[in-house]
Amino acid sequence: MSFEFTRRDFIKLLGAGTATGLAGCATDPAPPAKPVGTVIVIGGGYGGATAAKYIRMWSGGRIQVFLVERNATFVSCPLSNLVLGGSMNIEALTMGYQNLRAYGVQVIRDEVTTINVDKKRVVLKRVEDLPYDRLVVAPGIDFMFNEVAGLDAKAQETILHAWKAGPQTVALRKQLEAMPDGGTYLLSIPKAPYRCPPGPYERACQVASYFKQAKPRSKVLILDGNEDIVSKKGLFLAAWDQLYKGIIEYRPNQEVKQVDAASGTVRTEFDNFKGSVINILPPMRAGDIAQQAKLITANNRWCGVDWQTTQSVAVPGIYVIGDATLSAPAMPKSGSMANNQAKIAASAICAEMLGQPLNPQPQIVNTCYSYVSATEAVHVASVHRWDADKKTLITVPGSGGVSAQRTEIEKQFADAWAKNIWADTLG
Amino acid sequence: MKRALLVLAALAATFPLAAAAQTASPNAGRDLAAACAICHGTDGRSQGGAPGLAGQPKDTLAKQMRDFRDGRKPGTLMPQLAKGYTDAQIDAVSAFFAVQKK
Repeated sequence: MSFEFTRRDFIKLLGAGTATGLAGCATDPAPPAKPVGTVIVIGGGYGGATAAKYIRMWSGGRIQVFLVERNATFVSCPLSNLVLGGSMNIEALTMGYQNLRAYGVQVIRDEVTTINVDKKRVVLKRVEDLPYDRLVVAPGIDFMFNEVAGLDAKAQETILHAWKAGPQTVALRKQLEAMPDGGTYLLSIPKAPYRCPPGPYERACQVASYFKQAKPRSKVLILDGNEDIVSKKGLFLAAWDQLYKGIIEYRPNQEVKQVDAASGTVRTEFDNFKGSVINILPPMRAGDIAQQAKLITANNRWCGVDWQTTQSVAVPGIYVIGDATLSAPAMPKSGSMANNQAKIAASAICAEMLGQPLNPQPQIVNTCYSYVSATEAVHVASVHRWDADKKTLITVPGSGGVSAQRTEIEKQFADAWAKNIWADTLG
Repeated sequence: MKRALLVLAALAATFPLAAAAQTASPNAGRDLAAACAICHGTDGRSQGGAPGLAGQPKDTLAKQMRDFRDGRKPGTLMPQLAKGYTDAQIDAVSAFFAVQKK
């Protein structure tokens, strides 16, 4: 599906205002109340789509919400490593935005080129500028390709990241299928923080699972820019030892500095490595629009926010959520976190615009599953509570943890998580 | 004055700030419950795979959370998550789910 907007459609749509219906808004069956203003959400991922839906739900339809998303469909990053392993296809991870319309979210397929902070307007590529009262910025990440010498536009045609699910995921799977048995799949992990801390190690499991079954003489070589496995260490080490012995080789402290696509060579500070299929996760930062709007406040990479509300520390009235943010302590850049942060934003925005008291102590959870094979998964879970003294979200002492071991039942819970968070995010 | 301050200090020690702050927000239960939606569905209406929480009796939900938290009920991640909730929070979240349509 797509939303092809013309100027005339757009004017019609503005005129329609909040009359686009409250069907699906189970919390408030009353007819549309007087609108109190407009929120624009930039980015329809786990964070942005959730924020759009919950602002409609929690305002009883009184806040007009536009969700601007450049892609026609949502493609889930969580579970996309299963496409590489071969137990999932990309279609199963691809969903439309149509259900959000039942909540009265007005989805615009377009791209924001500029945020005009002074005039409180966003400039779009295809339709006219849009004014807002509050803005939610959820652009996810973009890559710092320049940090890896040789990873230019040409090299990027063959050296993929596949760290935004979609065409690259499918292309990387094809590279693995085309690789002759006996080859090496080389995976490079940037220094933390990056999107999805356990994701690279899960990816290694999935590719190894495919090799074990289809190309048993092939190897997985992990070059980690970090000094150790960043997440679920014991669980991944156990899986590598017990399921993929002799297939996966792990090399810590190997930050990739340079690539040569033609010869399939990767250079770190002291060593050179060869790969038949090279998969580089470049260093990451907040998405481009955050940079344009000067929302980036930390290391030229991440957007600092007040975690009680998710409001930007740089620009009042703008709320930043998801992977683009400077994370609170021990808070991963995950889909669960983006979805939960969206609810902090929605609660704060609704309170402010509807004149209700602010929830003084937000508390959210992270649950993050990794599929270590086609049939088994492991989890990490944490609870994050606003701490008025420390002025940030902290993990509640004594809570959270990881799986005791990988199990098939946790694979079923992981599938259930996916089904429920997709419905919660997309309507 | 001094005495009043002492009383306040004693109260603060008895009732952690967390619990006091929770009661101040009319949306505390709703906001806490929203975090559960990633596995249990929006407003606790599960899409399958994890138990639906919407419309379950408040006492049942609260007892299960306390049992997870206090080690009386085994589980995978719920015992770990439940340890992050105070009694007041468990009551608030359970009360919210109890009145949601199944």
